[in-house]
Amino acid sequence: MKATSATATAARSRAGGPPSDGPKTTRLRGKDLLGISQLSPEEIVLILDTADAMKEIGARPIKKVPTLRGKTVVNLFFEPSTRTRTSFEIAEKRLSADTLNIASATSSVVKGETLADTALNIMAMAPDLIVLRHAASGAADFLARICRAGIINAGDGAHEHPTQALLDAFTIREHKGGLSRLKVAIVGDLLHSRVLRSNVQLLTKLGADVWVCGPPTMMPPGIERLGVTKTTSIDAAVEGADVIMMLRIQLERMEGAFFPSFREYFAVFGLTPDRVARAQPDVIIMHPGPMNRGVEIASEVADGPYSVILEQVTNGVAVRMAVLYLLAGGIEA
Amino acid sequence: MPVVMDADRMARTLVRIAHEVVERNRGVDDLTIVGIRTRGVPIARRIARNLFEITSEQAPTGALDITLYRDDLMRHAVGPQPVVRRTEIPFSIDGKKVLLVDDVLYTGRTVRAALDALIDFGRPSIIQLLVVVDRGHRELPIRADYVGKNLPTSTRETVHVRLQEIDGRDEVAIEQIEEVT
Repeated sequence: MKATSATATAARSRAGGPPSDGPKTTRLRGKDLLGISQLSPEEIVLILDTADAMKEIGARPIKKVPTLRGKTVVNLFFEPSTRTRTSFEIAEKRLSADTLNIASATSSVVKGETLADTALNIMAMAPDLIVLRHAASGAADFLARICRAGIINAGDGAHEHPTQALLDAFTIREHKGGLSRLKVAIVGDLLHSRVLRSNVQLLTKLGADVWVCGPPTMMPPGIERLGVTKTTSIDAAVEGADVIMMLRIQLERMEGAFFPSFREYFAVFGLTPDRVARAQPDVIIMHPGPMNRGVEIASEVADGPYSVILEQVTNGVAVRMAVLYLLAGGIEA
Repeated sequence: MPVVMDADRMARTLVRIAHEVVERNRGVDDLTIVGIRTRGVPIARRIARNLFEITSEQAPTGALDITLYRDDLMRHAVGPQPVVRRTEIPFSIDGKKVLLVDDVLYTGRTVRAALDALIDFGRPSIIQLLVVVDRGHRELPIRADYVGKNLPTSTRETVHVRLQEIDGRDEVAIEQIEEVT
């Protein structure tokens, strides 16, 4: 099937079905996924719908499809990450891509190489996609400008973590059928959280009613301009909530004192069974991980019946497969 | 656009094919049915219903999306990816007979992709192919076991199998491809 035009491919490949039955031309604009900010609501829905199909592959006896055969994906991680890196790696392998992991501790980065030099050296090996995790906000945008390969942002500083927001939305959609008009409470360290930034943008784009809650010392100034309701009362935030999303206290990003003690933080902002009782009876409780049990979330809540925290991990693989698949079509061969 | 098969004729054809399936397999023991998305799926359900009326036995029926197995993925320089839809085969095909169902058999490439996909689900004892229309022009050594209608066509034509469940009416029609230049 030589594709000279989309119509010719459609007409021929599906054995002469009508054009409306052929492959739809819905696509992501651009070669990269740098943040939720770049995505339209339609593109978000395309990713979630594709992830829905990808999830079934994880339930098969042979969890592999030949789709990305011959494509090379480099996982370039300048920050420690187990969950996100392994999730991407499993997603890549399930699509039959060749994968290469470069972690900062083992690379020339420790010898003083800059991000640009590292990237140019990797580009000389002609990968098709690069998955980047970096401590500096904007690192993915920077790499996208100098690389021919597609860049997937796997977390840049306190800026964005788009695949986390997408897997959260996917998990909510599986439980609630959609996101429109749901009350979503996001509680915790709002200041250092790229998960918050990506989630707020995605949830508001799909019409959710987003509440954010955290200590005043961890409240980014002007956050209400993103279309969310802010509060310092967790009880107000979780009241009648359909979804409660807890954020991790990011000790490694903190310089200075943001709250007196873990015990005091848990008393004022921790998610306890009593607080869960204020939410909708079918509330789901989410956490991007890794959890600080007894700091932002009580153990009996994390392991309780409303928790979908482990489902989020499973769904992360399906969502990343969807992103890899959709972006692989936008790269020059 | 000549209609080459109307609703009555399509219904009779699917009954006739169901009888052929029963005859060839001496019943429907160990038979599973898998429709290729999109239009193979409702056809598979109708065949399953016809088989039930003949044998009073229900054959498990699933849906297969072959997008991730297509041989033309990633071949265009820069282009949109075809939309992937869900595969639903909620039963084991290991050691079972699989009746693979599609609307039109043309180049054979869709069937090749479907065979690869099926084998990732297990090792069927046999795979048989059922199509409503065989329009010729094969590009791979593939043939159907059950054919509703052999329809000689030119490559300038397209064959449309329309189904009540998707298109609101049952018919097979031949149409000219409008040249896009």
